[in-house]
Amino acid sequence: MFFAALTSRVKTVVATATLVALSACGAATLPGEGVINDPSEDQNRAMFEFNVAVDRTIVRPVSVGAGTILPEPVRQGIGNFASNLDQPRYVLNNLLQLRFEEALQNTWRFVVNSTVGLGGVLDPASGIGLYEADTDFGETLHVWGAPEGAYVVLPILGPSTSRDTVGFVVDRAMNPVRFFIGTPESYYLNTVNIGDAVNTRYRFGDTIDELYYESADGYAAARILYLSNRRFELRGEAQDDYFDPYTDFYEDPNAQ
Amino acid sequence: MLNRFAPTRRAFLGLTGAAAGAALLPARMFAQSISVSRQLVDALLIDLYALINSGSSANRLYADFEALLNRYADMPIIAQTVMRVEWRRASAAQRSAFITTFRAYIARKYGSRFRELIGGTFEITDTRQIRNFVEVTTTANLRNEAPFEVIWLVSNGSGEHKFFNLIIEGINLATTEAEEVGALLDRNGGNIDAMIADLSAAS
Repeated sequence: MFFAALTSRVKTVVATATLVALSACGAATLPGEGVINDPSEDQNRAMFEFNVAVDRTIVRPVSVGAGTILPEPVRQGIGNFASNLDQPRYVLNNLLQLRFEEALQNTWRFVVNSTVGLGGVLDPASGIGLYEADTDFGETLHVWGAPEGAYVVLPILGPSTSRDTVGFVVDRAMNPVRFFIGTPESYYLNTVNIGDAVNTRYRFGDTIDELYYESADGYAAARILYLSNRRFELRGEAQDDYFDPYTDFYEDPNAQ
Repeated sequence: MLNRFAPTRRAFLGLTGAAAGAALLPARMFAQSISVSRQLVDALLIDLYALINSGSSANRLYADFEALLNRYADMPIIAQTVMRVEWRRASAAQRSAFITTFRAYIARKYGSRFRELIGGTFEITDTRQIRNFVEVTTTANLRNEAPFEVIWLVSNGSGEHKFFNLIIEGINLATTEAEEVGALLDRNGGNIDAMIADLSAAS
């Protein structure tokens, strides 16, 4: 009994020390503005075309249908419920990143929305400024020093990077919510997540339509949007390395 | 400063006053750059929201938005950035045609999304000098959305303080549109005139 407690304590200390050592290496360096590493562009383009075809034939019609039939409060409720179940996963990643303030913020948000918010269907936490500090294991890997890797297009899920694909798999495997629910409920959970995805497609309908169907090269547009936004999320408070066209470009002898 | 998009006389007077002061005392221009940039974004947001809430027809809105871009944005430098290295081989006529077409394209593309901004507010939350330009950070508060960050990069490199890039949650206008223009050039085998023709038809 005593030894069991001691061993578990030693394990905790070792785990914490490892984490601190990992974090001491510092976060990975982010690629510069507009830098793209896409060695598998042909396969990625094929997957992008597949995803666009799925969107055109299934996701878009379903989301427009559901968005038209279901009233906004219902859609909002589904979104809130799905988002609330993500909070424990965020907290776990916040802790792995040693970001305790965000861990606390996400914990409070989970507590408030699970109780006052009727199990997460309502979102009173945002009303008092407790927004979700969303994160994922891909970010944890970044904080630990893992570089971005190559650009990847995943089936259905869309744009990612090799690092974030690993992060996605780990997130699904270690989601704390999974340990508290049995088999029938986990199917409901999947339904909620799909419902949330359909709802997201409806809400950002115009943006996604424009990207997929109106851009000169939808693949290139989706790639730069994803990478820019992802790097912004990972950059946090650190300063962006901006391009200054007045000094960086006027070395051109032909400029007026 | 919380900007509620009611035109305030002070913001305009501040803008013109500071600009006049800067012209009289060139040595002080750099020191004043931050406050002038801030006033530029302040005035821009007032005009932008007047436009968003105007309820104008699409064509009228796009024309007004183009005029706004002319006033607050350095469109020639943005167009040049977006064409990247191709700018060097473009003739003077092609450059000027591209600037005009690109400005109209931006007005259509972004103007068509203005209804999503109705009822929102922007607040300037930070300003700082970076190398030779100023970063003005605004926080956008839209209905049913968590607040998000919109950054305006302002420079007086053209002789006047104007913004030369816009970054929404890390998504950079110049880089995004450079991809689009690059794709149009690829599609037309590098033909600049054909790219400009495609851009004028693009939404």
